[in-house]
Amino acid sequence: MTNTYRYLPDTKQDQKEMLDFLNVSSVEELFADIPSSIRVKGGLDIPEADPEPVLVKKLNKLADRNINVDQYPTFLGAGTYDHYIPSVVDHMISRSEFYTAYTPYQPEISQGELQGMFEFQTMVCELTGMDVANSSMYDGFTSLAEAASLAVASKKRSKVLVSRGVHPESRAILNTNAKGQGYSVEEVSLDTDITDLKQLKSQLDKDTAAVIIQYPNFFGSIEDLAEIKEYAKEQGALFIVSANPLALALLQSPGKLGADMVVGDMQPLGIPMAFGGPHCGYFAVNKKFMRKIPGRIVGETNDEQGNRGFVLTLQAREQHIRRDKATSNICSNQALNALASSICMSALGKQGIRKMAQQNFEKADYTAKVLQSKGFTVINKSAFFNEFVIELPRPAKEVNERLLDLGIIGGYDLGEAYGNDKQMLIAVTEQRSKEEIDKFVELLEAVVNG
Amino acid sequence: MVEYNDLIFEISRPGRVGYSLPKSDVESVDLQEKLPKHLIRDEEEAADLPEVSELQLVRHYTALSNKNHGIDNGFYPLGSCTMKYNPKINEDIARLPGFSRIHPYQQAETTQGAFELLYNLQEELAVITGMDAISLQPSAGAQGEWTGLMMVRAYHEQKGESRNKVLVPDSAHGTNPASASVAGFDTATIPSDENGLVDLEELKKHVDSDTAALMLTNPNTLGLFETEIEEIAKVVHDAGGLLYYDGANANAILGKTTPGAMGFDIVHLNLHKTFTTPHGGGGPGAGPVGVKEDLIPYLPVPRIEKDGESYVLNSDYPLSIGRVKGYHGNFGILVRAYTYIRTMGAEGLSEVSEGAVLHANYLRKRLEEHFESPYKQLCKHEFVLSGSRQKKLGVRTLDMAKRLLDFGYHPPTIYFPLNVEEGLMIEPTETESKETMDAFADAMIQIAKEVEENPGIVLEAPHTTVVGRLDEVQAARKPIVRYTKEKDAQKKKDTVKA
Repeated sequence: MTNTYRYLPDTKQDQKEMLDFLNVSSVEELFADIPSSIRVKGGLDIPEADPEPVLVKKLNKLADRNINVDQYPTFLGAGTYDHYIPSVVDHMISRSEFYTAYTPYQPEISQGELQGMFEFQTMVCELTGMDVANSSMYDGFTSLAEAASLAVASKKRSKVLVSRGVHPESRAILNTNAKGQGYSVEEVSLDTDITDLKQLKSQLDKDTAAVIIQYPNFFGSIEDLAEIKEYAKEQGALFIVSANPLALALLQSPGKLGADMVVGDMQPLGIPMAFGGPHCGYFAVNKKFMRKIPGRIVGETNDEQGNRGFVLTLQAREQHIRRDKATSNICSNQALNALASSICMSALGKQGIRKMAQQNFEKADYTAKVLQSKGFTVINKSAFFNEFVIELPRPAKEVNERLLDLGIIGGYDLGEAYGNDKQMLIAVTEQRSKEEIDKFVELLEAVVNG
Repeated sequence: MVEYNDLIFEISRPGRVGYSLPKSDVESVDLQEKLPKHLIRDEEEAADLPEVSELQLVRHYTALSNKNHGIDNGFYPLGSCTMKYNPKINEDIARLPGFSRIHPYQQAETTQGAFELLYNLQEELAVITGMDAISLQPSAGAQGEWTGLMMVRAYHEQKGESRNKVLVPDSAHGTNPASASVAGFDTATIPSDENGLVDLEELKKHVDSDTAALMLTNPNTLGLFETEIEEIAKVVHDAGGLLYYDGANANAILGKTTPGAMGFDIVHLNLHKTFTTPHGGGGPGAGPVGVKEDLIPYLPVPRIEKDGESYVLNSDYPLSIGRVKGYHGNFGILVRAYTYIRTMGAEGLSEVSEGAVLHANYLRKRLEEHFESPYKQLCKHEFVLSGSRQKKLGVRTLDMAKRLLDFGYHPPTIYFPLNVEEGLMIEPTETESKETMDAFADAMIQIAKEVEENPGIVLEAPHTTVVGRLDEVQAARKPIVRYTKEKDAQKKKDTVKA
């Protein structure tokens, strides 16, 4: 040991004292149980260490090679959004008592984390209109796949129906998951921008464990959950809704409209885009599924003196107790991001979240109207939240390249996922000013006509 | 300090705000004109989120943080979790706007820096694990396990074989059998021998043409190196099975050996353990998987590749198991791990494992006289003691763990692995100083003495925490998993009556 690494405290003297105590002459002797035939010879072949100031420079340079959304206004959404995050959020989650702790296995010294998760669960229940929420999942997409697994297991049926209005990556993960679990996934086509209900009805049968709908869907359109629930109910299938939690500030809660499970991602509320992760899946269910929900749940209880306290609860569902019989293999979750999201929801509060959601509605609506006035076709027939799809006279990829040259990050190209390379999904959040929107429309017009 | 026990909902008052948004600069829209009534959430049905000022919010979460123990607060020898120091520079780098304020679907030419980082991380993790290719997609160890097992399934299927059994040792973490189950396999448990290692004879009995894979950590969950690993690998491979390496304990072997050299075909790493990314109170973590050449076709897509001078995403792998996680995995965590690897380099990483192993052996020897130590050979980065001696005196491991709280320490992992009676699994990590370990050992020894002389103080512990032992049975029997206003009002009424 050289004592040149700032995270390693042992001095030569420390090391000597420990080795003497162990009656060994070198640290190497402590590795004598690793057969020489499998030893690494000559050290790992990776670049040498960088001193702190050098590394900071190098990594800053790497970061600067990316164009961030403060440099170029973005109209990309498709599941990850540029939203306002109050400064207070990062300050609070940067308290190292939170971020350097692990899962609260010892509740007496983890009351902060446990209470934070209890509050998070409450806020998720409030938004979704459900009875029970867990303390987070990896992301909205994996959360949806877990919901499908739970539906298949509890209904003992072997098919799930998923609308093509559900995020393409979500459907991809669902398919991977289904291969392991041995259930089949059938997609329900879209009627332009919303789930084709006639199709849905014809595909629903007594072997359907669940119907999965996104709300608002991938095209931004708001599906009529009440009607879909009726169809699912007729065949005894469960109703799983994947919802944008910000939209739920103004949309009727899926719980009230009959959802059995509601999943999604908290990213719109307090979590940076960060190139797609870490975000924070949520998972909420009605009471019936409380003892089957995957992941960690915090419950309220009392200590011997009757003081209120919080603990991890209903653990009999989980892998560390049930092993191969567990309802899920999830262990680590996204607790710190759940906390970020709670802090953001508390900062926005009951009124603020509605105002923010309203601005999303309005800005998307405004953008669509201006585009229409310039002759663009908006394909959405239904009302949409903060995203909508337009038809372009040329491939979206080309249009985006030109927009990039002009300093704008355009919308999501629907070519790969939906086979229509001339359609673009445009997201407009509260972060986009009218000025930016007008400029975007002006440039888009110039690009398609130029 | 003023005692503070309120929930954020209990300090809420209608009309307070903790945010600031610009006024809308576009025409207002009336939802009633856009949507059917039953899809609109009106004021009365609004989600009841708290209404607080910014300072109230700050005080609330600061008060909560004060009720939490993290690594920065003190020693955290939670075995198997590798609670080592989480470097501050990692946090700074992950928050650079060029990393935190980029969208996953931006055109690839606008995120070449991010892709370069991911590509380099893949390359370096491949060297560290002795694997041929890495996918950074999985979000955590358990998801890495499942990803690996889905590849095992695809590999056998492609060969036209149906193999349904995954073998796990009795000391394995619960996620191993759970992941196998989620991937559609049956599991069989291999008992450990008297030295705490895989019983080779038992293994031979279980391995057959139905064996898809053996899952193993090495060093194993007891902190012991499986010295017969080459023979184990041969037994499994000869029967046509694959070897899966659970990287939970990789902190012991950096630069010393690799899973690849040991004969493993698939590996996952927990970046939040070995590679210093913070545990975050339960996550987010990251669980990259690595594979040997034969399994490369099955890796999740898209894969990050280098095409000339630029980095690209490639999904053109028809045998791939598909996607396992959204976007590019937990990018922010991957940035932190990369920053750490670049801080340490090859030599530094090797010293990490040397420190981890020296510390564990030192601490074990300091405690050995006072607690039952079931395994005598060298340990690696962690060790397991048994509280069986103290149990005979009427004090359980749980009680001793609670007593440790009074000394300001996070207790070790307890009652795990399952094959040690009253287990205490201790992992000091390389980032703790000798003084810290000595002070911890002194506290443990004092507790052992208390068990003999004054057991009451241990049985009633903790004495210094903000709450005492909590009633977990009540929590599970009558679950209260969210706050409700009605209940709060009722409670206040009851208090007034009382």
